[in-house]
Amino acid sequence: MSVPGTGNSDALLRLESVTKDYGTRIVTHVLRGIDLVVEPGEFMALTGPSGSGKTTLLNLIGLLDRPTSGRIAFQGWDIAQLNESETTALRGRSIGFVFQFHHLLPAFTAQENVMLPLLADRGRRDAEMEDRASALLDEVGLADRASYLAVELSGGEQQRVALARSLVMRPPLVLADEPTGNLDSESGAQVFRLLRAFNERYGTTFVIVTHDDRLAVQCDRTVHMVDGRVDSDT
Amino acid sequence: MPFELIVALRYLREGKGQTWLILTGIGVGVGVIIFLSALITGLQKSLVARTLGSQAHVIVRPREEIPRVLPTRDGAVRDATVERPAQRVRSIVQWQRARADIARIPGVVATAPSISGPAIAVRGDGANSVLVRGIEPDSYGRIVNLEAFLKAGRLDLDGFKAVIGTGLAANLGLEVGDRFRLRVGTERDDAGLAVYTVSGIFDIGNKDLNERWVFVSLRAAQSLFGLEGGVSAIEVKGAEIYDAEPLAVLITERTGLVADSWMRSNEQLLTGLRSQSSSSLMIQSFVILAFALGIASVLAVSVVQKSREIGILRATGTSRAQILRIFLLQGSILGLVGSAVGIALGIVLGVFFSRLARNPDGSATFPVSIDTVLYLRSAAIAVGVGLVSAILPARRAARMNPAQIIRSS
Repeated sequence: MSVPGTGNSDALLRLESVTKDYGTRIVTHVLRGIDLVVEPGEFMALTGPSGSGKTTLLNLIGLLDRPTSGRIAFQGWDIAQLNESETTALRGRSIGFVFQFHHLLPAFTAQENVMLPLLADRGRRDAEMEDRASALLDEVGLADRASYLAVELSGGEQQRVALARSLVMRPPLVLADEPTGNLDSESGAQVFRLLRAFNERYGTTFVIVTHDDRLAVQCDRTVHMVDGRVDSDT
Repeated sequence: MPFELIVALRYLREGKGQTWLILTGIGVGVGVIIFLSALITGLQKSLVARTLGSQAHVIVRPREEIPRVLPTRDGAVRDATVERPAQRVRSIVQWQRARADIARIPGVVATAPSISGPAIAVRGDGANSVLVRGIEPDSYGRIVNLEAFLKAGRLDLDGFKAVIGTGLAANLGLEVGDRFRLRVGTERDDAGLAVYTVSGIFDIGNKDLNERWVFVSLRAAQSLFGLEGGVSAIEVKGAEIYDAEPLAVLITERTGLVADSWMRSNEQLLTGLRSQSSSSLMIQSFVILAFALGIASVLAVSVVQKSREIGILRATGTSRAQILRIFLLQGSILGLVGSAVGIALGIVLGVFFSRLARNPDGSATFPVSIDTVLYLRSAAIAVGVGLVSAILPARRAARMNPAQIIRSS
């Protein structure tokens, strides 16, 4: 399906005049017109002071929320034309998430957490998804922690499990919201190195929200936001 | 194992304390339902069995004799005062045909002709008013198992033999092989007076009947009451005891005779049984309501506790329908496991209780019936209630906005 008005369908993600308001009585204009194109394989930082709309933009890109106005096209699909279950399916298969507070399910082991998106997608557990999860855990250096419950892992380890989970569906796009924000500098650096490694190895596109300038400069592109607008794009 | 079931089971296992508490709650609830139902069913069964052990489901009799007001030649009634005539033992007109007609009615299992009439049993100076019951042992045996009540002797009514109750035997000092006379106390000159030999003594479990009932052969009763070839009643056994009343109505429609069901002649017993059933139903409903609220509140709390995890699941491709099913499954599993606990508890309680309360003869005062259908029904109710109670919390979980959850945490 090609979206009318989007000339270049090669773009992974295309945002046109996207706005987002919150509240009904007291309306907060969080995003005030965003135009953004993300190409496949990019390694992009999204920076800006708190309240500038970074996380809101990330939620829109991640199909977790819908814009108040404007158009978002993902892989050429106009997301406004997708219904709830199509959106869920597209999100599950094409977008991986890494959140600031790890967000693992505590009742499940590291391996089960990694294969959770596959489990939700296929409906039943199978050997192939276990293998895939084990391989990814190995890649993030946690092969020996596969059978640990999420709560038994350190913060850095949990974030690496979350990273493995975001990649298990082999999505073209991974969104990371302050992935190192809650970690000590060494663990943070390790997680960041892994993001970069996956970007290079699999060509996965990464959009990383951060307010850490030292991380931002290591990215290929930095989009800086102020007051719900793109302030600079370098 | 499906994804939803894996997550549901894991969540229930994770919330150990809550899960155990609510399982205990459901278990106790279902246990009470099982125990109460078993107790009341058992009690009612034994009451009905005792009542019907010595009684036909439906007794068919001739219409009452009513005097006719005779009009004069010009059509006017001269004397409107009508006296009610004394009722005598009368035969059903063309009873063989009536019996055949009744036997053809669907739901009729057995029929037996009988004659019932009052008499005085006399031995020496002793006398006892009795109800003579003329029967054919074969056909009557299919309606009331008289054989089972025999304490001494045999069920033998050939010629002038009689089977009497333990009460009458004690009153007149009779034993098997002894003789006594039966006198029909009407004003007829040829009132029967015959000598009978006791062939058997029964104990029906009712003092009055043990003193009053005297079984003789149908032919002997016919000659005693001057009803040669006739019978005063046709006793009927139906397939289903609680269908006796509609069956009686049907018999009246088909034959024009008076038909009384056991339900009509034991109305007080029936009312008692009904109010017992309805009070037990009410208790059960409240118990079900209590555990439905329990499941609903446990799941509602769980949804709030798990809102962050629901957000993660939604973000990683779990659909709304899957989230809904995860919580509905939790409710159903709680109902299923809880009812299993409850059934075990109910059986233990029932067995314990029936051992505890015993009659002097060693039989259970409250016979508790163990009933698979009841267990399956209770389990089905518990699962259904679990499912229904989970609907609201599950819908709430499914409607959660993942973006909002992730932003707020």
